[in-house]
Amino acid sequence: MTGPGALPRTYRPRPSIWWWVRKRSYLLFVLRELSSVFVAWFVALTLALVWSVERGAEQYERLLDVLSNPFAVALNVVALAFLLLHTITWFNLTPKAMPIRLFGARVPPVAIVAAQWAAFAAVSAFVIWLVVG
Amino acid sequence: MPHRSAEPLAWLAFSAGGVLAAVFAPVVLFLAGLALPLGWISADHAHLDDVLSHLLTRIVLLGICVAALFHFAHRFRYTLYDGLQLARYGTVITAGCYGLAMLGSAAAAAVLLLNR
Repeated sequence: MTGPGALPRTYRPRPSIWWWVRKRSYLLFVLRELSSVFVAWFVALTLALVWSVERGAEQYERLLDVLSNPFAVALNVVALAFLLLHTITWFNLTPKAMPIRLFGARVPPVAIVAAQWAAFAAVSAFVIWLVVG
Repeated sequence: MPHRSAEPLAWLAFSAGGVLAAVFAPVVLFLAGLALPLGWISADHAHLDDVLSHLLTRIVLLGICVAALFHFAHRFRYTLYDGLQLARYGTVITAGCYGLAMLGSAAAAAVLLLNR
């Protein structure tokens, strides 16, 4: 078999492992996927807070002390940026993944995105109110 | 692809966790990771204890934590597949990612539901 059809099957160049740094949209895609690591970090931090608060005022102060060192602060600044990237990309994707029809007409994507940001604002305000008291 | 029949379930958990993380994670991380440790806002320990030990808070937090962990597992699995071109280790990666999510969920349940 030496026909032209046989050739492509034998040669498959492997793309570089850094394929995603060459283009802005690829980079954004990989950063978005990496946001999942910080979603896991958010869970860990939440559990640490609940655990420490339950142990008493002293343990809670100790956690705040650990979290206020520069490395922890830097980590959490990066984490917050990634979590906001997750929120932005997730909200923008929703109208594409799940088009909503209302009274026979398609709800404009802008309205779906806006509704999600309204929910985000309401939940954020509620959580802050709950914590500050 | 292994475990083809479990794929819709994994995707359901992925999207549920995606929604919950998108809405809850930034404000919680802002408070627990920056605002409280740096003293931008101060919360009285007794008040915080009241809020966080309420059964409803615990149940909501457990739901968010479990869904968010499976969201992480699903997305990170494909990050390893595509980003690092490790699709040939698919079975190990899948087991590792979902295994981690299950362990994390068990830890979350222990912290949130035991010794209340």
